[in-house]
Amino acid sequence: MNCVLGPGNILHDTLLFRVIYEWVGQLLPCWMSYFVAGFVIMLLLVNGVLLGAGLFSWVERRLIGRFHNRIGPNRWGPFGTLQPLADLVKLLFKEDLTPAGADRIVFMIVPVALVAPVILMMAVVPFAKDTALVNLNVGVLYILAVTSITSIAIFMAGWASDNRYAMFGASRGVAVLISYEVPVVMSLLGVVLVSGSMSLDDVVSAQTIPFLLVQPMAFFVFLAGTSAELNRTPFDLAEAESEIIAGYHIEYSGVKFALIQAAEFGAVLTSSAVMVTLFLSGWSGPASNYLGWAWFLMKIGALAFIFSWVRASFPRLRIDQLLAFAWKFLLPLSIINLFATALEVYFLRDGAGILVTTDLWIMAGINFGIAAGCLLVFGTLIQDKVRPARPISGVTLSSPEVT
Amino acid sequence: MYGLAMAKGLLVTLKNLTKKPFTVQYPEERVKQHPRFRGEEFVWYEERCTGCASCAKYCPLGIIKIVTTPSETAPAEGDKYRLEVFDIAINRCMFCGLCVEACPYDALFMGSGFEQGQYSRKNMVIDIDHLRQADKHPSTFFRPQLEDAGYDPRGGRPLHWQEVGRESWQWHQREKAGMMIDRPVPSDLLPEEALVDSSFVEDSQADPTPAAAEDAE
Repeated sequence: MNCVLGPGNILHDTLLFRVIYEWVGQLLPCWMSYFVAGFVIMLLLVNGVLLGAGLFSWVERRLIGRFHNRIGPNRWGPFGTLQPLADLVKLLFKEDLTPAGADRIVFMIVPVALVAPVILMMAVVPFAKDTALVNLNVGVLYILAVTSITSIAIFMAGWASDNRYAMFGASRGVAVLISYEVPVVMSLLGVVLVSGSMSLDDVVSAQTIPFLLVQPMAFFVFLAGTSAELNRTPFDLAEAESEIIAGYHIEYSGVKFALIQAAEFGAVLTSSAVMVTLFLSGWSGPASNYLGWAWFLMKIGALAFIFSWVRASFPRLRIDQLLAFAWKFLLPLSIINLFATALEVYFLRDGAGILVTTDLWIMAGINFGIAAGCLLVFGTLIQDKVRPARPISGVTLSSPEVT
Repeated sequence: MYGLAMAKGLLVTLKNLTKKPFTVQYPEERVKQHPRFRGEEFVWYEERCTGCASCAKYCPLGIIKIVTTPSETAPAEGDKYRLEVFDIAINRCMFCGLCVEACPYDALFMGSGFEQGQYSRKNMVIDIDHLRQADKHPSTFFRPQLEDAGYDPRGGRPLHWQEVGRESWQWHQREKAGMMIDRPVPSDLLPEEALVDSSFVEDSQADPTPAAAEDAE
């Protein structure tokens, strides 16, 4: 029997899915081959994300080691490449503890609820030509919806652990996640405006020049907001080791801890993948019909390098500094960017509502100017808040009288 | 502007990325150890030791135990006790080196090792047999004669008891060791070969001064 995926099917655009479906369809009934094809692709995605997380944990530890003039893990395997495997085996053999006062069901769900959004995010990301699992027409919205599961999972972890530090960490984590959600969404709206679509495939094909150039401010806001949402070092209040030991995952051990760690490292990769798709023109590049995946991986690597670099460089912010950075700096920046982009799109598009490459270059020039101005103004404004207040005129600090 | 400092910080770490790491991979690589390192495995030369127990007296922790009996085979130059017990409880030692500084006869030296881990506490008390058989790689701590000869305990050869003393280094040290009967006046210091007591430089290669080598023939 011959199974053919009609163009009406939502998975029709997925090349790999269609090939597997039609190939397996020669042997099995169509409904069964549909499941087989879906299962194969999900297997690829899940294992890709988790193996990538393991690999990235090694890469990041080596990189941060070099940033700190250390060597990093180099004992097992060539250059220590088998270190993630050793970590995994160690964590698998550890006892899986549950605190006596824990809410067992919620406690058990948390690691899965943390890993799931990371993997779900990859479902709409095209990692080469026609290879997104689903080409959703609301892909950007889907990504935002899926990533916000994380805040619930973090709060569940804090609440279910029956531990004060876990609760502290969870409260901080949720505060950070909710605050940074706003500027991140606002910055994505600029990209959506320029590309005219929420489908990630369309966003990639709209990027005749990378949106990094067209939307520099949105990229900056998205980078900062994402690294806050990932709970990485300048923003890692939710798991501040020196203050609240490990934050929301303090009570997790063994396999659950391994899953939480995998989620954290995997989230870096998937967030980088989303950013590559939205701002760095995704898989497109020279010979992108065949080497799209290579370009995609290379760009992810570059972004992951930036994440590690930032993590190696900055100390942790205080909670008020962190929230002030979101509300007083990133949010105004993203609003300005949104309005500027809207005006530019309104005036530059042609009759059919399409922006040509020249329009994008013009927008790039204008937006870079706006970005520089905004950084100057807001940087100076924030500096006044950070520095000690100037002495009020007319009041002099008198030294004690020498008698 | 606020962000400039952060950009500067990023550049600092980026600069560090290009530098060579400080880490020394210890079992495979070692840092160069100073010859004056005060380490474990005290080097003790039984031939030089008179059993005066100065080291035990000066030890601030009182961890050196010495039991002596009168010796029937004392050398002609000086009196000497035979040591029955010479225990150093090295687990309580803080390696201050005062015992080495107190030794008038250059019989006790600091060692140069630091890898003497033991599984039992009682193994940490090194006794006289252990001291006899220990590697003779003396540290140059408080022993300028070794340092002047350029001796490096790490990688250097084991030293014989006749080459480690101060008596061939400076004349007053020989007297301190009780080896010179008539003390020369400082004007006798020149020429130097007159000052070397031939009874102590049988091993001519070991002696740092060329004058001693001539004298030994």
